[in-house]
Amino acid sequence: MKLFKVCAVMVAVAVIATAGVAVAGTLQEVRSRGVLIAGVNGAVFGFSMPDKKGVWKGLDVDTAKAIAAAVFGDANKVRFTALTGVQRLPALQSKEIDVLCRNTTQTLTRTTVNGLNFAHVNYYDGQGFLVHKKLGVKSAKDLEGATVCVLPGTTTEMNAADFFRKNRMQWKPLVIEQTAELSKAFFAGRCDCLTSDASQLAAHRSVALNPGDYVLLPEIISKEPLCPVVRHGDDQWYDIVNWTVMALIQAEEFDITSKNVDSMLKSNDPAIQRFLGVTPGMGKALGVDDKWAYNIIKQVGNYGEIFERNVGTNTPLKLERGLNDLWTRGGLMYSAAFR
Amino acid sequence: MEEAIQGTHLEELKPPVTSVGVIGWVKNNLFNGWFNSILTIVILFFLWKTVPFLFRWAFIDSVWHTPGQGCREAAGACWSIISTNFRFIIFGFFPYEQQWRPLLAMMILFGLLFYSRDRNHWKKPLGYAWIMGLFTMGLLMKGGLFGLTPVESTQWGGLPLTLLLSVFGLTAAYPLGVLLALGRQSKMPALKLLCILYIELIRGVPLISLLFMSSIIFPLFLPEGITINKILRAQVAIILFTAAYIAEVVRGGLQGMSRGQYEAAESMGLNYYLTMRLVILPQALKIVIPPTVSILISAFKDTSLVVIIALFDLLKTTQSVLSNPEWMGFSREAYIFIAILYFLGCFSMSNYSRKLEKELSRGD
Repeated sequence: MKLFKVCAVMVAVAVIATAGVAVAGTLQEVRSRGVLIAGVNGAVFGFSMPDKKGVWKGLDVDTAKAIAAAVFGDANKVRFTALTGVQRLPALQSKEIDVLCRNTTQTLTRTTVNGLNFAHVNYYDGQGFLVHKKLGVKSAKDLEGATVCVLPGTTTEMNAADFFRKNRMQWKPLVIEQTAELSKAFFAGRCDCLTSDASQLAAHRSVALNPGDYVLLPEIISKEPLCPVVRHGDDQWYDIVNWTVMALIQAEEFDITSKNVDSMLKSNDPAIQRFLGVTPGMGKALGVDDKWAYNIIKQVGNYGEIFERNVGTNTPLKLERGLNDLWTRGGLMYSAAFR
Repeated sequence: MEEAIQGTHLEELKPPVTSVGVIGWVKNNLFNGWFNSILTIVILFFLWKTVPFLFRWAFIDSVWHTPGQGCREAAGACWSIISTNFRFIIFGFFPYEQQWRPLLAMMILFGLLFYSRDRNHWKKPLGYAWIMGLFTMGLLMKGGLFGLTPVESTQWGGLPLTLLLSVFGLTAAYPLGVLLALGRQSKMPALKLLCILYIELIRGVPLISLLFMSSIIFPLFLPEGITINKILRAQVAIILFTAAYIAEVVRGGLQGMSRGQYEAAESMGLNYYLTMRLVILPQALKIVIPPTVSILISAFKDTSLVVIIALFDLLKTTQSVLSNPEWMGFSREAYIFIAILYFLGCFSMSNYSRKLEKELSRGD
């Protein structure tokens, strides 16, 4: 019996000790490590991909850099880990990474069953259709009997099946494993249309000999709000990640860019003064430097700059802002109030 | 009578032109019998149809130094995808300015491997050279000493990573495999059972599942705050997997030894360790060189499976380039390039094993 008691005490101590470690918090861990570890996709142009010098580029990459700027005041103190679709959630749960910026769609099951917190959306995507102009199709509803090129095993395939069933249309899926082969098959005319996330379709279109010959149909048949993700149970860390994304959006709304941020420090607007830490308080409340928002904008830029640099009209992807425009211009990007 | 024969001038007859020289060779090797003649003609026809086209595609119509757009306009192969992205494909994320370091490390490795080819060099100094070489390579890759900037192992990639996984995987798996084979032959039941369990369990699952285990499930078992490097986890998985296969091959060699060899060693008064080291293993391992090499070759190629756990080995860096819109669609050229690299590796291994076999069997 005595032995049992000793064991019980030891187990209790162990539990408390591990709980103690857990309470230590991601922010402290990141600080003591001196570098943020972000999980990214690694193979999606415009979102996260190495360039020919092996330097990470993309919208997700810049989001992670912004978090590093908020925590350290240095956007380069981030290390990227490429993760596959299956790896990403376990990698976050096992603390291999601090934050996941890997075009991950926010869903109910991921939030509840997988125990994850989704920060503010950093890209609103959705599944669409790409067709050749000469097909004369104006709407996805005209795709009766079409052969559709699609990647297997993704939600994409199921979404397409749902769409065609709902509209009582016949379709012939042409399932192709590799992304590169998929676009080859489409441009070779093996299928009438290509379906994927709209941002991906733009990448496919950009490799066509005459990108102008292809059009994106207006229908978007699924919701794909892509967000940075953190673990359940560390609210302070969640706040930092969440408000970093919001700061990017708010900065664009304030018209603060990486170029004018220094002159904006002298702004008379009390909201901007609070935002940039001229009037202290915001950073302290988050647990980071009061200059956090200034550092983010100075080193990474606001959301609009990040968007244009990685996926905007001057990049091969040529994506319009659309849903990802500010709410003031008819988009969905809306930050909570900084006060 | 004898004189008459000797005196007779015999005209030296040349063999008919159809059985010597080029014509003779062609006749004997390509057109002996109607079946072979038909085969030859069919094969020649296919070569005539394909080779000029391939040659045109690969060398005449091809482009070598253009941006992606130039490639789309070219009729032939787009080797620009390799020349433009060469350094990323080969070195991955290693900091651009520091890439001489993995290059030097690889050269040391190749130099050591080349020097070790000759069995006359297998002496103590070579061992020291390897230790020194490994230390230098580690230092070059990792940095942190002598003014070299530290480079995280997460930034290793491309060919150095492939070589790291295969060379260390193979050198660590081989001794482990031999030990396992000996363990399986052992008379100690617990040890024997353990080895059998290990070998059968590992051989019972594909390498992919081991890699998934190591990269996805294993970290969840670790206590809070402890993470083990992704490369190391994959490396261990590869070692464990290859060792089990080598163990079975070596066991085959051990079983091939006649009872007399063991008895002879015993009668000399040798203990177990000396029996194995001096009598049994040298002979057994020699018998199994061909199957061992085929396992090593397949293990070398299997390292490319780490793609599925998103390690940027040679294959993954290439695929990464292919998903860039500028280079999307030139997968043929890219895959041909890495196929050549893999072929060079595998071919030199099998070549070397043949040479080794010949040298070792000279004494028989």
